[in-house]
Amino acid sequence: MAATAETKGPSTLRNAFGGVLGVFILLLIGVLAFSIRLFSVIKYESVIHEFDPYFNYRVTQYLTKNGIYDFWNWFDDRTWYPLGRVIGGTVYPGLTLTAGSMWWLLNSLNIPLSVETVCVFTAPIFSANAAWATFLLTKEVKGTGAGLTAAVLLAMVPSYISRSVAGSYDNEAVAIFALVFTFYLYIKTLNTGSLFYATLNALSYFYMVCSWGGYTFIINLIPMHVLLCILTGRYSSRLYIAYAPLVVLGTLLASLVPVVGFNAVMTSEHFASFLVFIIIHVVAFIYYIKGILSPKMFKVAMTLVVTIGLAVSCAVIAIFIALVASSPTKGWSGRSLSLLDPTYASKYIPIIASVSEHQPPTWPSYFMDINVLAFLVPAGIIACFLPLSDASSFVVLYLVTSVYFSGVMVRLMLVLAPAACIMSGIALSEAFDVFTRSIKLQLPNILDNPPDAGDMNSVSSIAQNDASKIDSHATTKSETVSKERPSRKNRKKEKEKEKENVEKVPSHSENKKRLLVLPLEASAVAILLLIVLGGFYVVHCVWAAAEAYSAPSIVLTSYAHDGLHVFDDFREAYAWLRHNTDVDDKVASWWDYGYQTTAMANRTVIVDNNTWNNTHIATVGTAMSSPEKAAWEIFNSLDVKYVLVVFGGLVGYPSDDINKFLWMVRIGGGVFPHIREPDYLRDGQYRIDAQATPTMLNCLMYKLSYYRFVETDGKAFDRVRRTEIGKKYFKLTHFEEVFTTHHWMVRIYKLKPPKNRIRGKLKKPKSSSKSSSSNHKRAGNTQKNPWQ
Amino acid sequence: MAKSTSSDAQMLIRSLRTAYAATPTNLKIIDLYVVYAIVTAVIQVVYMGVVGSFPFNSFLSGVLSCVGTAVLAVCLRIQVNKENKEFKDLPPERAYADFILCNLVLHLVIMNFLG
Repeated sequence: MAATAETKGPSTLRNAFGGVLGVFILLLIGVLAFSIRLFSVIKYESVIHEFDPYFNYRVTQYLTKNGIYDFWNWFDDRTWYPLGRVIGGTVYPGLTLTAGSMWWLLNSLNIPLSVETVCVFTAPIFSANAAWATFLLTKEVKGTGAGLTAAVLLAMVPSYISRSVAGSYDNEAVAIFALVFTFYLYIKTLNTGSLFYATLNALSYFYMVCSWGGYTFIINLIPMHVLLCILTGRYSSRLYIAYAPLVVLGTLLASLVPVVGFNAVMTSEHFASFLVFIIIHVVAFIYYIKGILSPKMFKVAMTLVVTIGLAVSCAVIAIFIALVASSPTKGWSGRSLSLLDPTYASKYIPIIASVSEHQPPTWPSYFMDINVLAFLVPAGIIACFLPLSDASSFVVLYLVTSVYFSGVMVRLMLVLAPAACIMSGIALSEAFDVFTRSIKLQLPNILDNPPDAGDMNSVSSIAQNDASKIDSHATTKSETVSKERPSRKNRKKEKEKEKENVEKVPSHSENKKRLLVLPLEASAVAILLLIVLGGFYVVHCVWAAAEAYSAPSIVLTSYAHDGLHVFDDFREAYAWLRHNTDVDDKVASWWDYGYQTTAMANRTVIVDNNTWNNTHIATVGTAMSSPEKAAWEIFNSLDVKYVLVVFGGLVGYPSDDINKFLWMVRIGGGVFPHIREPDYLRDGQYRIDAQATPTMLNCLMYKLSYYRFVETDGKAFDRVRRTEIGKKYFKLTHFEEVFTTHHWMVRIYKLKPPKNRIRGKLKKPKSSSKSSSSNHKRAGNTQKNPWQ
Repeated sequence: MAKSTSSDAQMLIRSLRTAYAATPTNLKIIDLYVVYAIVTAVIQVVYMGVVGSFPFNSFLSGVLSCVGTAVLAVCLRIQVNKENKEFKDLPPERAYADFILCNLVLHLVIMNFLG
């Protein structure tokens, strides 16, 4: 490519202009990513959403108030009563430390933002960062154009928006940025072979380990890619520099984080990295020996080594496998096992199976979450193979694995989103390349005389390959004219046409690169259609962000014929608890509401969303499924004062406790065998109407939900279950109602203290200290505290 | 068969030795450093086998620091080696500076984890 003196001036100016334009576009992408996530702040208010973010918010509050040393050593006694929880050792600190340091920085600059504001807006800021990281990653794979396209696709993709709106203060908000940035640094190290980037890669991996439990994806994907490169013969010393320091530094840094600790070397999730570490050293050694020996001696060495080495390595592997297989789960954690075998959780761990985010996604959710990208991704895979480089093979592997995992758990669609955006960005960029090149090369042909298509500004190979260009133009035009007509009819077919044309690039006699040229009209129409496609994508993303994913779920709204109704019952209930109960009172509810209760009501709870102790949750579940007296006994043994239930029957709120009741029975029955699920089922269904089983009609959850419900409309019609309830008139003997919110969505009950005297026929007391017969009943009475 | 393998082995070792003698001195020094680090790691593992692994974090940080410096030294050797075509326009000073930086980070983490 002879760059002459006169073409150098305009081309550097054009390069400079392109660079500035690129930076400007990146800035706009950042602003777009930030602002598309602000719908919930505009529609509702600047409030923290859902359940998990409330825990993170509470931890951040503690961090900003007490400093980092108290944070590392914090033992929280206001949750999982009476067990407590070691926060310092069981939380992924990345998110809270990030938000805490942002708050500290802003406050030291005298910008007095509250902790809540910083927490609410952390996610949009880091999604802008994630879009820029995607640009960098795709630029390493394919070039700047693909990078910009991928960045703008990621800024808007609904799957990522769903977990990073303003107010969704959860781990994924920073973890996706860390994931893409780590991958970018890995690819950069692989492309340049620089140890500096390898160090940065390890540090970025450390940030990812701090942020999210999904870091195991990185530490398994990168070894898989290294293995793939070795097996396809693409081993190079850059691969060694990219991988080996990452394993050593990465393992050390991962062990530094308290929640991972020694799991970094002892659990099966990390063994793949060690195995490939050994393999890459063996391969590196083999290449080194091959380099310094003559081929004959190398063959001798190989035969010697193979015979001896094979025997030794088989023995070592056999011992290792025996060690790992001796543990019942073979060293994997429950969550990882449920990823590998999707049916594992439903068989063995009902807690994991009950979380709605852990269910497999339905087919429509793919189109909802990644929309147009779903069919641009295969085009991107093809584009990655021409030509195949280390970086593009990595991106293809990333996509394939994330598609599998997204099929297992709907929550992992989030990991698929960056991969899909990268692939689609590559596909779109390549498509635009071909079309605009076709137009640019053929435009002078139409405007001037055909033979001298002298385009000075275009790629210099055109000036040299003029004749062959007309040739190829003629041949491709004749070959593609037959396909042109159908492609206009079916927009999707044009992708296949482009693929076929790409495959038809022949290896001509000239060793200059032959540029592919399509007919002018087809290219113009195709560009127009691609822009329309992009328009559809943008419209869908904005709609999804505004309507589907911006609900804070702590405030609900509905549009009735007389305007907008706002249901603020949750905060009403927590505020009542905060103002009308003692600071040390314990509140029992189903584990969904634990984080919100501790954060907003500031009361000690029995179980919360961390779900680390299955038996404790089963205790609460058993209490909710038992009759009143047994439930009172269980709650009294846990020092519970108030019980909170969520009831949606009056307003039609479908996520209430009666709908979650089946999990209470299953989890409780998993630990306490006297709770049997068939007792609650009529014809295999949970029913609350007149056909319900007596066990169901007498259990605590039924009674607490429907107490005095008949007073609302006289018929006790449950709007969620769409029937009238079975037992309408009943009294509570061991609980008393203390508060019901405005729309009856949250109901709070207090445990009645045990009676002073038991009148009438004395039933056999259940407390453990007595086994008296009926003669000793009065004697048994006097053993109780007479002042109670 | 055994005789030919043993004579093959002797020929192999001799050719390895002559080929290795031809490497430049600075690479040989790096190789010596790598061997020293690996030997230290082996000694630590044997010690752990004798006395048990109680402060496990100390054991891990000790072994991983040895392995880490060995790996980084190998990376330096790869980048400084004049026969390596991929790195022919990387100045050895830059390679050495990267090596120092990575070692700094490694040892900072080690000192933090040592307990």
